[in-house]
Amino acid sequence: MSERELDGLIVDDSERCIFRVHRSTMISDEILRLERERIFAAVWLYLGHESEIRRPGDYVRRSVGGRPLIFARGKNGTINGFYNTCTHRGATICRQDSGNAKSLQCFYHAWTFDLDGNLTGVPDAQAYGPGFDRDALGLRRVARLESYRGFVFVSFNPEVEPLSEYLAGARRYIDLVVDSADGELEIIAGSNQYTIQANWKLLAENSFDGYHGLPTHETYFTYIAGLEEDARRKIGDLSPSGAAKSYLTTGRGRDLGNGHGLTQKVAPWGRPIAKWSALFGAEAKPKIEALHRQLVEKYGDERAFEMADTSRNMVIFPNFVLNDIMAITARTFTPVSPGIMRVSAWQLAPVNESPEMRAARLDNFLTFLGPGGFATPDDVEALESCQQGFAATEVEWSDISRGMNLDEPRPLDELQMRTWWRRWRELMTGRVPAMAR
Amino acid sequence: MLETARAGSIARSDVEEFLYGEARLLDAWQLDAWAALFTEDARYVVPANDKPDGDPARDLVVIDDDHNRILARVTRLKSRHAHREYPSSRTRHQVTNVLVLDRSGDTLQVEAAFTVWRFRNERADYYVGRYDYVLVVTGDGLRIRSKRATMDMTSLHPAGAVSIIL
Ligand code: FES
Ligand SMILES: [Fe+2]
Repeated sequence: MSERELDGLIVDDSERCIFRVHRSTMISDEILRLERERIFAAVWLYLGHESEIRRPGDYVRRSVGGRPLIFARGKNGTINGFYNTCTHRGATICRQDSGNAKSLQCFYHAWTFDLDGNLTGVPDAQAYGPGFDRDALGLRRVARLESYRGFVFVSFNPEVEPLSEYLAGARRYIDLVVDSADGELEIIAGSNQYTIQANWKLLAENSFDGYHGLPTHETYFTYIAGLEEDARRKIGDLSPSGAAKSYLTTGRGRDLGNGHGLTQKVAPWGRPIAKWSALFGAEAKPKIEALHRQLVEKYGDERAFEMADTSRNMVIFPNFVLNDIMAITARTFTPVSPGIMRVSAWQLAPVNESPEMRAARLDNFLTFLGPGGFATPDDVEALESCQQGFAATEVEWSDISRGMNLDEPRPLDELQMRTWWRRWRELMTGRVPAMAR
Repeated sequence: MLETARAGSIARSDVEEFLYGEARLLDAWQLDAWAALFTEDARYVVPANDKPDGDPARDLVVIDDDHNRILARVTRLKSRHAHREYPSSRTRHQVTNVLVLDRSGDTLQVEAAFTVWRFRNERADYYVGRYDYVLVVTGDGLRIRSKRATMDMTSLHPAGAVSIIL
């Protein structure tokens, strides 16, 4: 496809407030081939969280951008990212999901590598000639690996800019989430791995799409409103809740640079970080208020309010989601084909959290964010139904223009998605467009 | 002593009949009747695929319902706003390999194997695994105090969710 053809896949007219995406981007093999080359092989992709490999020798097997990788902590505590393929003749080195080891041995011909990737054992090594270079035959490292506040990213592009530069405005919000957790988050054991039969870009859109919340998740909001009401009745609080109203009217959508975007609003629900709600019970109130005071002492009123009382959905281009709603999720997704993606989702929590707040957090995660909950199955359904709709190729365009006429777009608008798509076009065409809303 | 006799008087075939009855209610989408099989202090848990021994108090699990949430799940699934299940899928809950591991007092520890098929929009999803039940003998017959459905699949491929009751 030519640069012009690729460019024409998005209509971005800020004069007339029109933003459209051509639906062939969701079904074309050619587009996916180009995305693999120009996006997945070019930018930073999320690998994992440092807490998953705490001790030297810890390793986790992971697939990133379609590549099998090993995420490992070396002898001196270094964080390593290797391709999970034997440098001898290709067999998979690490065949466990995770573990701790001094070395990893390839089962095929028994070459052995340490957790820093060095080739330490070759059976019958004297049969190799002078050209056999042990140093060069260590596990192959990914071109770049960098970490920001515990979040580890890799890039297959040696020329990619430093991670912190790439993250741009997203750094502020990663800082906010990590600082609110007293500086240390951990991944909770267990993850969600599932397939959605839809184009991967639909999940990028969905992950910070405030507009779908009320219609798609009606059953969740009904459930949670009922619980909240029962809880309030139990403690004699009869003031009206106003949750739905604040959901609709507050907050902002933001362009964080480099295709990253965010929606943020005052949370109409409690947050185990430091915002009490009746759902947490009357006994939890003093504890949560103490947490809130600590945040104020440390960060001042304004930042403490942002940490405790607001929730945010953030997509770091292209496929890393960090949503800090009531619980915190880290999520990434990778195309298998134009119509199928694999999703991995984890839960993050402050390391030093009280058991009560941890329980509230776990509960919220599984009822809202989890694939067995009252919301996420309906997101999966929505994405799959869009994908099925794209078979009607005569209907060529999707509209993403909400809020283009506003100076301050809200989470219900689509600025954050336009930000994502503009970056997509930039990378796909190699052309940097003029600034637009 | 009397209570021991109560659980002791329940044969494996009684348990099988009870579990087949539960499966039948689920496949017929008679969800209120299904929920009525649970005791007030019941728990329904589905651990994460990669953490089959997961503890809901500490680990990420897929489902952790107490009695209230079992009822809420039923309410949701009966609503036409549960988009993943409206229109409802067709399911077949197959329960086999039923073993009564322990009988004490009025309770029975039961293990069984399941295969749950889900069909919708010309697509087939499957869930395979092990049930662990704690059943209690009541005046109204057997009731479920705890049901844990541990999936054997290493991930939720091809199913994108656990939108039905396992
Ligand atoms: S492929 Fe690994 S030792 Fe031969
Ligand atoms: Fe959603």
